[in-house]
Amino acid sequence: MSVSLDKSEPATVSPGYGPTRTRRARRTRVHRGEGWWALAMLVPTLVGLGVFSLWPIFQTLYYSFTTWGAFGGHVWSGLANYRSLLSDSELLQSLLNTFIFTAVTLTSVPLAIVVAALLNRPGMRGLAVYRTLYFLPVVTLPASVALMWKLLLSGDYGIVNWLLSLVHVNGPYWLSNPGTAIYALAAVSVWSSIGFNMVILLAGIQTIPRDYYEAAELDGAGKVRQFVSITVPLLTPSIFFVTVITVINSLQAFDLVYLMVGVNNPALDHSQTIVYLFYKTGFIDHNGGYAAAIAFVLMVAILVFTTVQFRLQKRWVHYV
Amino acid sequence: MTKTTRSRIASWRGGALLLCLCALVGLAGCGSSGNNGSSGGKVTLSYAVWDQPQVPATKRIISEFHRSHPNIDVQVQVTPWDDYWTKLRTAATGGSAPDVFWMTLAYFKYYAKGGALMPLDSQIDASHVDMSNYVPAIRSAYRFDGKTYGMPRDVNSFGLFYNKKLFKQAGLSAPDGSWTWADVTAAARKLTDKSRGVYGIVAPEVDELGWYLTIPQAGGYVLSPDGKQSGYDQAASVKGIQFWVDLVNKYHASPSLQQMTDTDPLSMFTSGKAAMYYGGSWDPVAISAVPYAKANVDVAPLPHDATRLFYSNGLANTIYARTKHPKEAWEFTKFLASKRAADINATTGTVIPAYKGEADNYVRSMPWMHLQRIVDQLPNARPFPSTIDTSVWRDNATKEFAKAWTGQETVPAAAANVTKQMNAALADEGK
Repeated sequence: MSVSLDKSEPATVSPGYGPTRTRRARRTRVHRGEGWWALAMLVPTLVGLGVFSLWPIFQTLYYSFTTWGAFGGHVWSGLANYRSLLSDSELLQSLLNTFIFTAVTLTSVPLAIVVAALLNRPGMRGLAVYRTLYFLPVVTLPASVALMWKLLLSGDYGIVNWLLSLVHVNGPYWLSNPGTAIYALAAVSVWSSIGFNMVILLAGIQTIPRDYYEAAELDGAGKVRQFVSITVPLLTPSIFFVTVITVINSLQAFDLVYLMVGVNNPALDHSQTIVYLFYKTGFIDHNGGYAAAIAFVLMVAILVFTTVQFRLQKRWVHYV
Repeated sequence: MTKTTRSRIASWRGGALLLCLCALVGLAGCGSSGNNGSSGGKVTLSYAVWDQPQVPATKRIISEFHRSHPNIDVQVQVTPWDDYWTKLRTAATGGSAPDVFWMTLAYFKYYAKGGALMPLDSQIDASHVDMSNYVPAIRSAYRFDGKTYGMPRDVNSFGLFYNKKLFKQAGLSAPDGSWTWADVTAAARKLTDKSRGVYGIVAPEVDELGWYLTIPQAGGYVLSPDGKQSGYDQAASVKGIQFWVDLVNKYHASPSLQQMTDTDPLSMFTSGKAAMYYGGSWDPVAISAVPYAKANVDVAPLPHDATRLFYSNGLANTIYARTKHPKEAWEFTKFLASKRAADINATTGTVIPAYKGEADNYVRSMPWMHLQRIVDQLPNARPFPSTIDTSVWRDNATKEFAKAWTGQETVPAAAANVTKQMNAALADEGK
């Protein structure tokens, strides 16, 4: 804002008018000083970002063109890693797994909208308790979430299959069956992401003016109609936000696969995500260069997904 | 006012710069933490192992060592097998591996060739350690390029663990030295009782406790004697794997691979859900830790086929080549290889020490099991198949044979694939 002021001044005030010049000079000086201030405050963050985020990105890019030796040391191998990526069926399968995982995890968004709407009803008893219950998975360590669900989903001794047996359904070995493992993981992911999405959406719902609902009620709209015609359209900015975040997080899923499936599981090929494949290639097989190339594929995938989402938002997101 | 503001900003700027510098110095410090302990002050060594049931004996050894070396503390780091090698190799690449760690023959040559292990010959000479105290097979196995890299720790032998109670209930006599594979299969089928959720045997998809025991018995081999060819496609090798797969898919006398992924096979055995388990000489400790298993489990000699041969591993303690405390690490490793340490490992029934003459202590450690039958197998042990980069073809074989276990592929087809991939890996290695 001050910049535009500076620009307009020479046009309105004749040059050589003493007080203005000094005022302007002082302002510029203060302005420059503010810049230093801002920079000084930002430096710790910028250094952190540079050292821990940007520099590793460039390193990863560099390493993706190398082949690693046994214990450290690497040689330049050009595009070899990327060339073998093209014919890697394991990579394709894990990309597919990751997309399935992401698609299923996205169902947490509509679920969270419903939950948030229900938890926003004024005068509801035990509101705080319900909100806490839904939010608990978010503040629980992913490792304990994974281990607990592993027990629940155990084929012979798990509660899930016991419940199914009550209705005479023979539950599968969820986590070691190639056909079910990725869905079981995604279900756990839905369970643990509803809470975070709910909080964001709840905040969004609370910014919707009450008048709209009152007007709708006068026009004879029921609760469901109000939800569909007022809550959801006015909530689209928040829905867009949680969708983007959920997609990015799901594309980077690792901990559930690592803790609930793990190496030597016959279902690993059909449940490993791209980040798990990266981990396996880089740290178990110690093929750092190839792992770096995989990481870049993932980065590009996330970039594409997010760009597409931002492009598409014009069609369905309503900013008030 | 301007002046003071500016100077304040300047001091802020200085402060921020200082902060950044501190952060950078702190980062740099990460790489070079730890003092050079050879100066004789108090030193803490890290000792990495992978088997939790063996930790109590290890801690006893450490506390005895600490009594005679009060200036050296040793911290045990337990990491389960699968993560152990991931972690160790990453740490060794980054220059921060544990000072002393367990080594197996499957990985030894890779680490020795890669320069991650410290050669011990000069220390052995200087300390007058008599290497003839150790079982020759393990002693020579940890030599590479004419140098010794590991102090022998234990030798592995195997037996058929069985549940006495379940055998009695099924009206079967206990397994003995006369048993062949056919006897195992017949007994496993009889012992299987689906209504009670009991299986006759566990047939996990593993090499060391699985087909490395049966392939040599059938007269096959995993790796040709010159170390250049895979033997998995030999008819006898296929037979050694088919034995396990049939128990799962043909006779349904073992839980499926999926079930055994969900629930640890040894746990199934120690809780009475499976009647037989092919186990190693290190297993009695874990089995006896479960009261039900301690009361009901005994061990029989390995059932045989054409021969009684099997592949046997054995561990050594090795020192990280870039340890900051080479002197102390050697002192500790020397103690781990001493008769006293072997005594503790043997009398607790933890392992059969590689130190000669300790087998009797091992046998006496658990009067409720006939451990002598495990020790008696030792003469049939053959060297563990290993090349420089063993894990490449070994992990690959484990992955490929899973398809036979789940019925996706026949054993001969899986074996043909494994052979092809293994020969390619071996050829790569030769380059």
